[in-house]
Amino acid sequence: MSKSFLSIENLTQRYPDGQGGELTVFENASFTVEEGEFVCILGHSGCGKSTIMNILAGLAEPTSGAVIMDGQEVSGPSLDRGVVFQNYSLLPWLSTLANVTFGVAARHPKWSRAEVREHSLKYLEMVGLKGDVVHRKPSQLSGGMRQRVSIARAFANHPKLLLLDEPFGALDALTRGTIQDELLKIWRGSNQTVFMITHDIDEAILLADRILLMTNGPYARVAESVEITIPRPRNRTAIVEHPNYYAIRNHLVQFLGIRSRELAGQPADGGMQRPARVHIDLTAEGEAEEAEPEPSGARTPPALRAVNI
Amino acid sequence: MDKLSLNQRAALLSIVMLVVGLLVWELSIPAQKAVGELTEYERLTGGGAPKAGVPPPSQVLAKAWEQLSNPFYDAGPNDKGIGIQIGYSIYRVLTGYLMAALVAIPLGFLIGMSPVAYRALNPFIQVLRPISPLAWMPLALFIIQDSEASAIFVIFICSIWPMLINTAFGVAGVRKDWVNVARTHELGPLKTAFTVILPAAAPTIVTGMRISIGIAWLVIVAAEMLVGGTGIGYYVWNEWNNLDLTSVIFSILMIGVVGMLLDAAFGQLQRAVAYAE
Ligand SMILES: Nc1ncnc2c1ncn2[C@@H]1O[C@H](COP(=O)(O)OP(=O)(O)OP(=O)(O)O)[C@@H](O)[C@H]1O
Ligand SMILES: [Mg+2]
Repeated sequence: MSKSFLSIENLTQRYPDGQGGELTVFENASFTVEEGEFVCILGHSGCGKSTIMNILAGLAEPTSGAVIMDGQEVSGPSLDRGVVFQNYSLLPWLSTLANVTFGVAARHPKWSRAEVREHSLKYLEMVGLKGDVVHRKPSQLSGGMRQRVSIARAFANHPKLLLLDEPFGALDALTRGTIQDELLKIWRGSNQTVFMITHDIDEAILLADRILLMTNGPYARVAESVEITIPRPRNRTAIVEHPNYYAIRNHLVQFLGIRSRELAGQPADGGMQRPARVHIDLTAEGEAEEAEPEPSGARTPPALRAVNI
Repeated sequence: MDKLSLNQRAALLSIVMLVVGLLVWELSIPAQKAVGELTEYERLTGGGAPKAGVPPPSQVLAKAWEQLSNPFYDAGPNDKGIGIQIGYSIYRVLTGYLMAALVAIPLGFLIGMSPVAYRALNPFIQVLRPISPLAWMPLALFIIQDSEASAIFVIFICSIWPMLINTAFGVAGVRKDWVNVARTHELGPLKTAFTVILPAAAPTIVTGMRISIGIAWLVIVAAEMLVGGTGIGYYVWNEWNNLDLTSVIFSILMIGVVGMLLDAAFGQLQRAVAYAE
């Protein structure tokens, strides 16, 4: 297991709850991410997704536990881990372009001004920002445009690990689709690893190799790791035709709707909390058990082979 | 009336108020008798000497015209043009102010960044800040032994606090998200300070600088009255001793105008560093 590109081991985060007690957001959370993998994490608001991401980014220290990337323990932020923050985090006194060149110049200190500018403009254009817009301040942009600047800033730096906190939340469906496609293109053309938080189940299925499911907090758990057994390249419209699509989707909906609540609030009792691996594949004959068309709210629908490792 | 913009209407009203005010002032002052009309008795009792009565605005305007048409003449220690006097005051204010900025802004940065430094220095700041800057004057004169430098020291000590406190406050209040952006881009502490924290805190810092320059200009007048020699404060005091109230009123107006210009300059700077979130 220690050979994984990214290994999260017994991560625990507690905060003072403001009334003299302690709030345990998650306890002994453990999972791995392989190099080049695209992983999405789904969970209800407040369960601790951003907290996990900040720890992965090296911006926050967990109460206990470790994050190991490339065999090295993460002990602080690094240019190898690019972040798109949930609230964009653009620098409001810089123009749109300068917000991106800021990052590119940090990544490539030896580049000339012109090179930095050209590279930045390329990525801004990729997210659909060109012309006058790039000279405007973030406060003069719409929410979706700001989010795109933040995406351009992170993508332009080609980090080994891209950490995306609801990067497409403020975008309209059309722009969202375009940028999802761009993200996939960038990701496919490199061996970057992507760890992305989202609330959108369909987006997660379209993009991810694997979806991590979190239960509600406190004592949230990364309870399941669902493989997306739909071959790439995936196409937004064609993907729904795939036999596995609804089976996976139903499983996710059912988890978020019912089980995320039922599984909440259980302390770890000292054990390592690894997600159960869920492999749903209706195409592989014989191997897959029958799919239950409408999961009835049972704890583990019989159609799924949930394998604990 | 409806066709004028808000600004135009306000300007018009200002002019009306000015004219009415000056007219009332002018009319409320009884004309002084010319020397030729004085009786023997009046001449003997000193009634002919210019009474310390308030001069009418027409006289002040005439004085202003006279002074401003030749502001830089220098006819000995007690007779210098208004331009030279104001020049001295501005020189002292800027010298003391710049020294204060050089101390306050880096120190404020330190205090803003480090909770330990904040707590350690806070008691000193709290005790020193409420001291009237002029209260330092005797000590300064005794230690520095130089009236010029003492005036500058007083400016230094009065302008330091707003800059120090605002810098510390601004730096401490920089959004964590922005610092995190610097951290994820592996910027060093110095680079972070200059490219993220300084621009983020600049509006608050410049507000402190603006407050400081205002206070410094208030204090220099009083300080120069005490130390004497040159400067607009000394000029006011000197003209008062000469019972030349016209000059006193004229210089009061000049103090106001220069103060306004200094403030406007910092207002400009404030606009330059402002940003909308
Ligand atoms: N600095 C903090 N101090 C105390 N509690 C905190 C702190 N930061 C986060 N929390 C708590 O940790 C929990 C998880 O927060 P987090 O931001 O990770 O949620 P999230 O899963 O990202 O939610 P969302 O989907 O709404 O962004 C929340 O209950 C929150 O109240
Ligand atoms: Mg979040």
